[in-house]
Amino acid sequence: MRLVLEKRAEQSVRMAILSPFIALALTVIAGGIIFALRGLNPFEALYVYFIEPLTQDWAREQLIVKAAPLILIGSGLAVCYTANVWNIGAEGQFVIGALLAGMIPVYFPAWQSPDVMVVMLALGIIGGMAWGAIPAFLKIRFSANEILTSLMLVYVAQYLFDWLVRGPWRDPQGFNFPKTVNFAGWQLLPKWGEIHMGALFALIASIVLAVVMWRMLKGFELRVLGSAPRAGRFAGFSSERATLFCFLLSGGLAGLAGASDVMGVSGQLQTPYAPNYGFVAIIVAFLGRLNPIGVIFAGLLLALSYIGGESAQVSLGISDKIAKVFQGILLFFILACDTLILYRIRIESGRAAQTRAAG
Amino acid sequence: MDMMIAVILTIMTAATPLLLAALGELVVERSGVLNLGVEGMMVMGAVCGFGAALMTGSPWLGLFASIAAGMFMSLLFGFLTLSLVSNQVATGLALTLLGLGLSGQIGESFVGQPGVKLPNYDGFDPLIPFAILLAWGVSWFLFKTKAGLVVRAVGNSHASAHAMGYHVIRVRYLCVLFGGACAGLAGGYLSLVYTPQWIENMTSGRGWIALALVVFASWRPWRTVAGAYLFGAISILAFTVQTFAWGIPSQFLSMLPYLVTIIALVVISGNRMLTRANTPACLGQPFVPDR
Repeated sequence: MRLVLEKRAEQSVRMAILSPFIALALTVIAGGIIFALRGLNPFEALYVYFIEPLTQDWAREQLIVKAAPLILIGSGLAVCYTANVWNIGAEGQFVIGALLAGMIPVYFPAWQSPDVMVVMLALGIIGGMAWGAIPAFLKIRFSANEILTSLMLVYVAQYLFDWLVRGPWRDPQGFNFPKTVNFAGWQLLPKWGEIHMGALFALIASIVLAVVMWRMLKGFELRVLGSAPRAGRFAGFSSERATLFCFLLSGGLAGLAGASDVMGVSGQLQTPYAPNYGFVAIIVAFLGRLNPIGVIFAGLLLALSYIGGESAQVSLGISDKIAKVFQGILLFFILACDTLILYRIRIESGRAAQTRAAG
Repeated sequence: MDMMIAVILTIMTAATPLLLAALGELVVERSGVLNLGVEGMMVMGAVCGFGAALMTGSPWLGLFASIAAGMFMSLLFGFLTLSLVSNQVATGLALTLLGLGLSGQIGESFVGQPGVKLPNYDGFDPLIPFAILLAWGVSWFLFKTKAGLVVRAVGNSHASAHAMGYHVIRVRYLCVLFGGACAGLAGGYLSLVYTPQWIENMTSGRGWIALALVVFASWRPWRTVAGAYLFGAISILAFTVQTFAWGIPSQFLSMLPYLVTIIALVVISGNRMLTRANTPACLGQPFVPDR
């Protein structure tokens, strides 16, 4: 018995739409099996995890709060991966964005005017862009693998953050807790309930990127370089420029996400700070089929996996670490289902394979 | 003198997990497959090895469980990338995310438990020479045996190897499984020898450093040994400096291995002669046999 892939004459449009849903269904089934193995009623557990949060107001708000950074980062990553540029260090760019935004309240706690909010957000973007520019530069100048360098920089960013927040930036009146002063007034983002302005940024970013990717020359260039690099080069598109563009874009968005997160949720910098948004956004990008609009829905769904984890912890007494398992399984199923878009899968018996080989 | 030996021993124990994982990945990449999931396989090896040793009381059975866990994870990767021709970069990332998530879940009850330590002779454990022996074995296999030639052929031109009648997919499956076994063992080394306990995410990027080591060693087993020991020395240096407390914040010393990895990648990748001659030509490219 063996698995045979038959290339389709052209991409299956039906499968392109269906595959994320198949992946989702498979993940839910796998989740049910995991719950059953832990001795829980799978249906009840799945309800608590995936449905119950949607019935409560606070959870719906949290969903959007958590989805905002995922969508911001994920839409940038979707552009990267479309262009075959592998930025997997968004978590580091996110942390640096938060750090640079936090610099203002630390050094100028008394600065209060609408300007300060803009400056902090801008610093977040600049920080993320700068951190993203490092792997891009190393790739262009020394052809160092951007996957490895961008990931290594995540650790560097986290240690830098840890040092500043425990050391020079620690709140002198903070009873020795590893945190900075509280942001105040204009240093915080406006909120509607718990939902802060980051959600708006996320929506704008994904719509703008969708337009860039599908209606503008830049998007065409990136898509060509991603799917047929040689053709792209003959067309005069520079893959170096594309690498730099993608890293600056996704780094900037990740930095903005980091700045919005500390300005909208915690209102201070505290260590350890590892919400893992930068890594989960990789899953978001793929679940959204590398389409910025798809990323919006994917971001909401992955946000649900965070909230579901919390609600499972409360109601079922299991650790919220289960969320990470679901996220990992989901990405696996997404990648597996994507095969169906380009190929038809047939299972052949051993005999059929032999006759084929003989004939 | 005793101090000297102690330092060398700690360097060796720091280098061995990197070396084991890198050697496995080296074979995988020589066959043309890029498995970025080393971190995930390693962390699963660490948690399963720890758990098995805890339950059976035997660290040796723990090591076997580590190997099995690594192989299981690599089989998932192999099924997706080889049978379903999914994107290797994305699938490797998925493997790492899944491994980190699953291991946290499996190891929940292991946190804080005293582990079982592999017996050693004055700090010299049997896996140190084993890793070096493995480097010799990999080198011999790749460059002195016919099977090794087939692996390299598959990695350099899968279409030609297929035309010659070799089973590209089967060869790659075997290499991926070997890589998984090595990464699992490396993880087991961490939780049974290096720090005999379970801490979530205890691999802390070592799987990624192992990946960088393969590039650094330009896909050569003996250079991998040299690279791993160099990295081991650097991470120990960080610890030593910390104890002397020269006023450098500990966070900067903890950054050191990652910064060194970046610098090493830059230095080696900038040298086109060195990398181009040894990089498997089909690295990361999917293969679907046409008939």
